Amino acid sequence: MHSVSVKNVSLNFGAASVLKNMNLDVEEGEFIVLLGPSGCGKSTLLNCLAGLLELSEGQIFIKGKNVTWVEPSERGIGMVFQSYALYPQMTVRGNLSFGLKIAGLPKDEVDRRVARAAEILQIGPLLDRKPGALSGGQRQRVAIGRALVRDVDVFLFDEPLSNLDAKLRSELRVEIKRLHTRLNNTMVYVTHDQIEALTLADRIAVMKGGVIQQLADPQTIYNKPSNLFVAGFIGSPSMNFLSGKTIEGGRAFQFGDTRIDLAGYDGGAVLERDQAILGVRPEHISVSHEAPSGPSIPAVVEIDENLGADSLVWLMCGTKEICVRVPVEGRLPAGTQVHLALDIHKASLFDAKTEQRI
Amino acid sequence: MSEVKRPNPLFRNLTSKLAASPMIFIVLVVFVGSTMWTVASSFTGIKTLPIFTPQEFYDNWVGWDQYVRLWNTPRWITSITNLAIYGILYSGFAFVIGFLLAVLMDQKIRAEGVFRTIYLYPFALSFIVTGKVWAWVLNPAFGLEKTVRDMGWTSFSFDWLTNRDMAIYTVVIAGLWQGTGLVMALMLAGLRSIDDEIWRAARVDGIPKWRTYLQIVVPMMRPVMITIFVIVASGSVRVYDLVLALTQGGPGNSSQVPSMYIYEKLFVGALAQGTAASSVLLLATAIILIPWIIVEFGKKSRE
Repeated sequence: MHSVSVKNVSLNFGAASVLKNMNLDVEEGEFIVLLGPSGCGKSTLLNCLAGLLELSEGQIFIKGKNVTWVEPSERGIGMVFQSYALYPQMTVRGNLSFGLKIAGLPKDEVDRRVARAAEILQIGPLLDRKPGALSGGQRQRVAIGRALVRDVDVFLFDEPLSNLDAKLRSELRVEIKRLHTRLNNTMVYVTHDQIEALTLADRIAVMKGGVIQQLADPQTIYNKPSNLFVAGFIGSPSMNFLSGKTIEGGRAFQFGDTRIDLAGYDGGAVLERDQAILGVRPEHISVSHEAPSGPSIPAVVEIDENLGADSLVWLMCGTKEICVRVPVEGRLPAGTQVHLALDIHKASLFDAKTEQRI
Repeated sequence: MSEVKRPNPLFRNLTSKLAASPMIFIVLVVFVGSTMWTVASSFTGIKTLPIFTPQEFYDNWVGWDQYVRLWNTPRWITSITNLAIYGILYSGFAFVIGFLLAVLMDQKIRAEGVFRTIYLYPFALSFIVTGKVWAWVLNPAFGLEKTVRDMGWTSFSFDWLTNRDMAIYTVVIAGLWQGTGLVMALMLAGLRSIDDEIWRAARVDGIPKWRTYLQIVVPMMRPVMITIFVIVASGSVRVYDLVLALTQGGPGNSSQVPSMYIYEKLFVGALAQGTAASSVLLLATAIILIPWIIVEFGKKSRE
């Protein structure tokens, strides 16, 4: 039985189609991240799961129960919002317990749940303060607590860390991961931040234009993006795309005048295609002063950015700009003539017409 | 390197000070000065001509006489009672009805702009027009009462306008008709300023809509509510032309309000009596407003 199941869901706002025949199955205890640029429909899908938006078509199941027309509070979900959405006139305790009291839970049960949430999230000392007196990180903890006290199987997060500064964001990211390990609930998490997606997710659903482009574990998403959009969206700096064609029955890739041997490519049948794109991540390119024995591309160093742990070198290869991630010791002055060797085993080849990975 | 002396603080931000000086002058002379003059002259026996010099004040000084006379005048007692009735009912109903209308308007209804215009339209009319219109509607001889009787309900009676005990309530009705739209518009703006995520969070929490309004949204609208209260309350203290057009203060003196009393005294040869009545109103307003100012602004400076 799937924890959350989305079947053929479509959503239209007037003529605009926001979700297009969406299917998604989330396993029990799975952490799934909906990732995509703004306007891709990820938050819309989450609101549909929560029951805050009515579907145009399709059905939604939570724990095997059809909840398509069930009120949000009856679906067995807890939700955390980007703006925290705390009730400002109530204390933290009030925020956590208000829903439970309305649901008619006995007082000792309410107290027990609030105490447990406060213990898990370490917000015990804040219980009698109002949200206005809390920092952003503390507020978001309280917001998570409000979902926690509901004692539900599925947590929905709507960009919960977007309003926090970088340091707090990484702290709370770890905290959410820890929470998931401890509670082992199903979590559906919406973000546009790929670092959050890659670090938190068991599986990532990359979305664009109301369609899931790829649904896979972070490693696969990163190493074997299913199409050009996913390849370009994931990774910072983004993947280098070399436009060219495949030759010799698919044994090699021609980029300008350079022949790149495709031996060891980890994918489907390459065949001969007159329009193809070779995608290589910055860390899968090595730089050398001497021409190496294997396939290599000549290039000129333009800018060298030191990031501390490693450095990003921007090179010009003819008119094409290429970014390479190199160890700090290998820093290069601008204007140096170098040779680039590609790790074909980790590269991705795309058909330029269909934009799909080969 | 030579040491430079700190510039004279009087000349710092000189342009800002110059720009603010006309306003400071107006506040001091018009508001503070006139208020002080009004209060001071209420302790004199002057009839028609205003006085300004200390010698004149000394010559005309009568102490608390004007106030003793004021509180022994039945017409003043009626006026102040009517003001209390009007102020409480008008403010209370304008708040409740305005809020309910705003909530109804907030339900994502069709043609919201049309309804908003309809409710706000009476506010565009002057009190004189409002008063005259309601005077016709409520006139038993050819208004509502006659219309209903002509339709067959011959025993129907609605004679508040000509009833000594009920006349002030017709002022409340006309005032509400005129002012509720504004309260609604302000409340609606307040409701719209509430983040949509609050509503969604409340739905996920299973909080019924009416409880979300009362226990979450209304407390969040506190600043808007205070602004509306000040507007509505000051409007009811000022009420004058509405009464004049609707009841002329009658029947008899039954729907008189303080501003009518003040106006009359000021210009019919009892100047000091008028300023005494004004001072009472000023004091009453201050008693209502000052605690709020202390609580509201005192809190902000501490935070």
